[in-house]
Amino acid sequence: MEPLIHIENMTVGYDRKPVITNVNLKIFENDFIGVIGPNGGGKTSLLKAILGLIHPFEGKIIFRSDINLQKKPIGYLPQVKNIDRRFPITVFDVVKSGLMMSNTIETKEKTKQRVNDLLAETGIVEIRNKAIGELSGGQMQRVFLCRAIISNPKILILDEPDTFVDNRFEGELYQKLGKLNENMTIILVSHDVGTIAGYVKTIACVNGRLHYHTDNKITQEQLDEYNCPIQLISHGKVPHRVLKNHIL
Amino acid sequence: MNSPVDLLQYDFFVKAFLSAVFASISCGIIGGYVVAKRIVFISGGITHASFGGIGLAFFMGFNPLLGAVLFAILSALGIQFFTKVAEIREDSSIAIWWSLGMALGIIFVFLTPGYTPNLMSYLFGNILTVTTSELWWMFLLVAVILVVFLVFFKPILYIAFDEEFAKTAGLPVALFNYVIITLIALTVVLNIRVVGIILILSLLTIPQATANLFTSDFKKLLVLSTLFAFAGSVSGLIISWMLDIPSGAAIIFTLVIVFGVLKLVKHFVR
Repeated sequence: MEPLIHIENMTVGYDRKPVITNVNLKIFENDFIGVIGPNGGGKTSLLKAILGLIHPFEGKIIFRSDINLQKKPIGYLPQVKNIDRRFPITVFDVVKSGLMMSNTIETKEKTKQRVNDLLAETGIVEIRNKAIGELSGGQMQRVFLCRAIISNPKILILDEPDTFVDNRFEGELYQKLGKLNENMTIILVSHDVGTIAGYVKTIACVNGRLHYHTDNKITQEQLDEYNCPIQLISHGKVPHRVLKNHIL
Repeated sequence: MNSPVDLLQYDFFVKAFLSAVFASISCGIIGGYVVAKRIVFISGGITHASFGGIGLAFFMGFNPLLGAVLFAILSALGIQFFTKVAEIREDSSIAIWWSLGMALGIIFVFLTPGYTPNLMSYLFGNILTVTTSELWWMFLLVAVILVVFLVFFKPILYIAFDEEFAKTAGLPVALFNYVIITLIALTVVLNIRVVGIILILSLLTIPQATANLFTSDFKKLLVLSTLFAFAGSVSGLIISWMLDIPSGAAIIFTLVIVFGVLKLVKHFVR
């Protein structure tokens, strides 16, 4: 099977400084990849390279032959902490901006209907005329998820969609992503490996290099082996750290 | 002559009124963008750098506004170049161009033989001395800004809000940024005669801050900013005539008072 996205020997970074080196990764249709790793390990760089926002120093990213990059087949949810929350823009306009390249083929009313339908489906239609500065963290995240998926992209890329989100919405979010995954290939960055492990299909650990797991089980031993210094946190009723077996 | 309406019989006042209208539209819209995108400091740098061009024009004996346009665009590009290519931190690049322009202006003015009578009107503005040809240029600028913002409103908003997302959607982000920074430079320079280099930032920010008290919708913000800028500049103009004080300062003072009063009203009414 031809992979949807094929990353070959890629080295990428900023200002001529490589952040991740020699990445090899095949992403297939309907994959749901959780990307984990420490801060500064290159998670966001990997996403930005796939999005075409930064260009590989070495190696290449090949998309499946039927993917037309001109049609912008990738939906993107950036880290919300980088958004200027006091920018004068309404929820409706933010979500509509997800359609910015496909607007020409639709009437204004149809676009409006599409935005309102998606907002209703996500349970936030009543805040559509609010400024984004007035929203809670969870609402904000939902708005940006709507913007990412409104164009029905083939590939969905999410950079820490679970920051600022309370536990209740976190469950909802991952359920929603699970449903979206039926039609979309999802690549999701998270700092919280314990939460995503239950939802994603495969896990990639990024720490200067990339280590790929073809299932969603990952152990502390493996993380240690990859030199991927993050802690496994298990979410039962009370989140708790999973500690290594130790000998008294 | 008792009522301000009588003033309209005077040619100089009609010109002043028209420049207030044009300045309100260009500064209202461009300022709305500047404030939303948080590039007030860049705009300040461009404005002050243009003084170098005015000084050069005095020294060489050509139209000061031409010199100002030249230096404004040069500094806008220079700030971009320093930040993106030479990797100098943005606020430092702005400060360098800001002060370089002012320094060159002072040197050129000093080297110019004789007295330079118009210098004060460039520094502090004098809406009553705007010439017919300057009015035409202001009108042309307003027309260009209106066309650009009406036709490309959506991409402008989306790029201002989230440049990276706009790039992933394939919008020509760099091109738009260059067009807008050029429009900012032209807006600043062509309105210098209204309130002056030192005060022009206020027309780009105070009406917008006032408008922002009432709306967070970008489109409405641009329209409201224009209206507040218009109300402030016309009433400032009339106040300056009644109290016989400099027009530029009177306009800014009015804008600040309107902002302050409405902010307080909003604070207590809520």
